[in-house]
Amino acid sequence: MSLAFILFFLCALLAVGGALALILSREPIHSALALILVMVSLAVLYLLLGAPFVAAVQVIVYAGAIMVLFVFVIMLLNMGAEEHTDFSKIAKFAGWPLALVLMLWIGYWLAHAQAGAAIGTGAAVEPASTPGLSTQLFRQYLFPFEATSVLILIALLGALVLARKEE
Amino acid sequence: MEFISQHPVLVASIIKIAVLLFIVMTALAYLTWAERKIIAHIQSRWGPYFVGAHGLLQPLADGLKFLFKEDITPPVTDRLVYTLAPFLALSLALSAIALIPFGPPSVPFPFLHGQQAWSITDINIGLLLVFAITSIGVYGVALAGWSSNSKYPLMGGLRSSAQMISYEVSLTMSVVGVVLLAGTLNFNEIINGPHGQSGYWWHFIPRWNVVPQIVGFLCYFTAAIAETNRIPFDLPEAETELVAGFHTEYSSFKFAMFFMAEYANMITVSCLATILFFGGWLSPFPDRWAWQIYLPGAGLVLLGIYCAYDTVTEMRGIARLQLAVVTALALGGGLLCLIPAVAGVIQGPFWFTTKILIILFFYIWMRGTLPRFRYDQLMSFGWKLLLPVSLANLVITAFVMIWPWLRHG
Amino acid sequence: MSVVPVSYYLVLSAILFGLGVVAFVFKRNIITIFMSIELMLNAVNLAFVAFARAHNQLDGLVFVFFVIVVAAAEAAVGLAIVIMLAQHRQSLSVERVNLLKF
Repeated sequence: MSLAFILFFLCALLAVGGALALILSREPIHSALALILVMVSLAVLYLLLGAPFVAAVQVIVYAGAIMVLFVFVIMLLNMGAEEHTDFSKIAKFAGWPLALVLMLWIGYWLAHAQAGAAIGTGAAVEPASTPGLSTQLFRQYLFPFEATSVLILIALLGALVLARKEE
Repeated sequence: MEFISQHPVLVASIIKIAVLLFIVMTALAYLTWAERKIIAHIQSRWGPYFVGAHGLLQPLADGLKFLFKEDITPPVTDRLVYTLAPFLALSLALSAIALIPFGPPSVPFPFLHGQQAWSITDINIGLLLVFAITSIGVYGVALAGWSSNSKYPLMGGLRSSAQMISYEVSLTMSVVGVVLLAGTLNFNEIINGPHGQSGYWWHFIPRWNVVPQIVGFLCYFTAAIAETNRIPFDLPEAETELVAGFHTEYSSFKFAMFFMAEYANMITVSCLATILFFGGWLSPFPDRWAWQIYLPGAGLVLLGIYCAYDTVTEMRGIARLQLAVVTALALGGGLLCLIPAVAGVIQGPFWFTTKILIILFFYIWMRGTLPRFRYDQLMSFGWKLLLPVSLANLVITAFVMIWPWLRHG
Repeated sequence: MSVVPVSYYLVLSAILFGLGVVAFVFKRNIITIFMSIELMLNAVNLAFVAFARAHNQLDGLVFVFFVIVVAAAEAAVGLAIVIMLAQHRQSLSVERVNLLKF
């Protein structure tokens, strides 16, 4: 039971617990907090997988900016707890079992994926360093990089236009 | 005993964290004392002078007051979030200090083989993780304002968190110039690496990043003041504006936690400013001036002599006894630091602490001197002036760095 | 270095994805549905990083970077639409957005 295993199970438990809290909460603000918990525990898992830069970007961008946006919108709209209406008897009884089947099916095929010979041996090469990642980003993936910057500009303009008051 | 030898990293980390936590909490308490004293002297009055000699026991009295105050909980609808917010704010503010190196990594931890003494961790992306921790710190403020179930905290919390996320962008941008110069995100490499801040221009001006990156430093400092909600950017929590902003409805210990979180954030950004722009734990004097290792000891001895003079001439009664204790501590510490072995080891943290104290003095000086911005002025300053200036700094730094390659192909 | 087998991470990713689908299908608040989409994207990111470690390549990490950026853009525009919707229908429940229902 090395430290890596303990940390992995702890973070996995936190992530699954957060996802369950997202589903089972009545207040949207609690769901948002649960999702932040999931994101931070996933960041720790990325650290365990040897990708520290991606972990930091996940926390800074995803948990620190996108979720702040969600929390602001929930606070501003302030529409209270969710309504509870029963809309389908089939969903009540077949919902969770079907979800379990979905998870087991995807999990089975992912776990038996041909993930290559270097599974978990921890190769000595550390290619996931920041300089290596940025070299890949700016050489091989330069076009997607520029395209996503244009995408963000479009999203900015779109949000600006949508949020403007009708005069 | 073999647990200690089998897990040196864990044991060393626990000891270092305990010591650092104790030191940081004491520093927080005395930072509040220093703030009250300095602002008082700026305003031509004395600060606290009643509780203990020169008011030095005032933080202790304040701490006891916070513990014994009645804990009024307003009729909040969301108990969980209301209680969570101050804990979140304080724990994040304190965790950022764990990533900071207080001295050179070459000084070994006593009795444990292979551990550094002056930093808890030495991560390759230390700078990014500090920014990650400060970006989650926004939630403490937003959730506190939201869960207080009242108009003023909600407005204060929303304004405060919007201000924090706006200035966070400028904060990060102004630091990228330093990262370009140093070529790494590791704190120890930024200070002492091959492209670091060791060495001197013309043999006596230290090669600190504040000289090539002066614009970056000014942007960083301004954004840091806004990020920590200090004057001149503290409209969301000013007393004359929104009662007390997001922490209006908190009392006693939870308010104390917000209070400590604000000062801990101040200490964190000062530590970052020292590391990135002022050479961290490097000394400003050239290395060949060998007498500089006696400076900490000499400084403490001088402080002890001043306190002795004060004890004899000015203090009366119980304050005299307290100041005599301070004199004894200062003189004892000073004489200890004059031993060459100790003096060599204590160099790094001494210079680091000195620089942090100077930056904190500037913070407090600004609080006592400047009026505050109105909220819309604050937001337009952040987005329309500070962010373009930081971006321009980044572009010019990058251009200057690749200019030799552009010229010679 | 990771001594936890990569397949453990992939199973966790599958579980999180499944929970995201459950949240998407069964919740009625539109912001919560949005958050379940973010949960599914995070599960996929975990799978990408796990495979990047398994094959010792950086392409998975670059893809994670792009997924995060695109999720940010999508969240911004989507939340702007949600705000407009909430102002028009005075409710955040998807069942109330039923003017075109047959």
